Amino acid sequence: MTETLTGAQITVRLLERQGIRTVAGIPGGAILPIYDALGQSTAIHHVLARHEQGAGFMAQGMARATGLPAVCLASSGPGATNLLTAIADAKLDSIPLVAITGQVPKAMIGTDAFQEVDTYGLSIPITKHNFLVSSADELLEVIPRAFRIAASGRPGPVLIDIPKDVQTQAIEVSQWPEPGRTEPAPAADPALIEQAATMINSAERPILYLGGGVIHSGASAAAIELAEKASLPTVMTLMALGAMPVDHPLALGMLGMHAARYTNLALDECDLLIAVGARFDDRATGKVAAFCPQAKIIHIDIDPAELDKIKTAHIGITADIGEALGQLLPVVFQNSRKIWVDRSNALKAEFPFDLHSTDNPRSHFGLIQSVAACLDDDAIIATDVGQHQMWVAQAYPLRRPRQWLTSGGLGTMGFGVPAAIGAALAERQRTVVCFTGDGSIMMNIQELVTAAEENVNIKIVLMDNATLGLVHQQQTLFYGERLFASQFRSSPNFVKIAEGFGIAAVDLDTFDNPCATLREAISRPGPCLIHASIDAEQKVYPMVPPGAANRDMIGA
Amino acid sequence: MNAINRNEQNAIARAVLEIDVNNHAGVMSHVVGLFSRRSYNVEGILCLPVGDGRQSRIWLLVNEDQRLAQMMKQVEKLEDVIAIRRHNADHAVFQDLETFFRP
Repeated sequence: MTETLTGAQITVRLLERQGIRTVAGIPGGAILPIYDALGQSTAIHHVLARHEQGAGFMAQGMARATGLPAVCLASSGPGATNLLTAIADAKLDSIPLVAITGQVPKAMIGTDAFQEVDTYGLSIPITKHNFLVSSADELLEVIPRAFRIAASGRPGPVLIDIPKDVQTQAIEVSQWPEPGRTEPAPAADPALIEQAATMINSAERPILYLGGGVIHSGASAAAIELAEKASLPTVMTLMALGAMPVDHPLALGMLGMHAARYTNLALDECDLLIAVGARFDDRATGKVAAFCPQAKIIHIDIDPAELDKIKTAHIGITADIGEALGQLLPVVFQNSRKIWVDRSNALKAEFPFDLHSTDNPRSHFGLIQSVAACLDDDAIIATDVGQHQMWVAQAYPLRRPRQWLTSGGLGTMGFGVPAAIGAALAERQRTVVCFTGDGSIMMNIQELVTAAEENVNIKIVLMDNATLGLVHQQQTLFYGERLFASQFRSSPNFVKIAEGFGIAAVDLDTFDNPCATLREAISRPGPCLIHASIDAEQKVYPMVPPGAANRDMIGA
Repeated sequence: MNAINRNEQNAIARAVLEIDVNNHAGVMSHVVGLFSRRSYNVEGILCLPVGDGRQSRIWLLVNEDQRLAQMMKQVEKLEDVIAIRRHNADHAVFQDLETFFRP
């Protein structure tokens, strides 16, 4: 049946056909035709953010929790520029996102029209791909393609800039395109898999190094199976936490700048590093020349540009992680590798991670453990960026892929609250906890009212030390204790702010039994802010000083 | 173009890249943006449509650099790039253009 539809109606219909049921955004002049059409949709729920960056991170929260592309909307000019940070964040962590922005009418592009900005040009370096749509007809090709690009290969954000006159242009549509779906990646080269297996089978001290690609590929179970079959002690990047349960006997936890000592020391001794969906980020490797100095490297990644980028691999395999591990598993020998596993356990015993004073819920680790004690593995744990993020990465018992949502590559303060809202919108059945700091929460605090409006089940645990903690820490350690611009001289009353935004709030500082208060706050449905003061002098330890080798850790 | 003179430029090892791309507005920005963000100067650019005009060919003259292999991989990842090939600096494409570039 042929229908006459506007570009705006086509856009909304294509999102519906794509299976999109929740979008986040803010309307404005140049995207009003799309909003008019969206208002008529019974399939799509629109979440009205209070800042476009919040909308971008809500979409990220949905995408990170589900693995499926999610959508955010913004108008032209400032609407689009406000989205950019969330898009750049998605690029660095390979998160499938489709951002749709309104643009001034085609005839006005390039005239410095009201709320005109070169969204296409601005978004080139921070998207996987971007489009400036020039006709309603083109939308039929561009929108499914955007979803395909976002979800295929190494996932990433795609931006579609749609001029207002394209949104209002009416055309006849007789046939709808198929929704854009993930395209299968080329299979791993069996000859290279064979070589990799030989190398693993003959290694004495191999380590499996899991990155975010394992999560994206849904390959956590295969990675654990490989580790168990070949007895491979396993490290994870910040992005991969949850891929292997932290309490798995082979798990060596997170590697790099804030790893436990035993983790980095084990890497120092390994003779084979099997990097899987990881990209040798500087926070993971420390000084690259001193990273795994004795090791040969097998590197498996879906993005060929990651191979040999930082470290030259002895065997580099371009493939989907799940597919490659599926080929590798049957050709890798069962091996108890007793000497190396014993050595790895000895390092754990000799250089343990110090979760000091975990029994005190008013300490940073104690608070994290107390929160964990109120939850099971079904909960989603989001964080903001800073000391609290590293402490949660170190101390929270993460056991499930997609349990952990954090801004890794870009390290964006302000990520936590809106990402947690997005996760809660996508996974209504789960409790979502957002650990945040007093610096981070202020960067997107306006979304508390969105949380109230949507009545999402999120618990914001605000670890308040009245400082920009990681800056404070670096100034203390590496800048002669010259503290500057890292201590807040005025702190807001966060409980009153939360209540003012319409969400429940408790201040653990004022309760004699903070654990009971915490349990009650977490078990009560709906959004809640839980404020807890922590000691500003606490550092994230151990720490590899910037530029140093991972073995040269300081503290704890 | 940077400020070093032609003799100095000739002393630097060069490479010529041949890139087949889809022909639409913005593709050149995608390609050269990968170089500019890495402070990797592009010494020469030629671009014209090929065949029916749906595709173009971009020729880039660049300095040899240890980053070149990574650059080529990054270019290859772009959605609008169909193929990239590397040639030596003595490739004919830039040879006969001297007359258009006299100071």
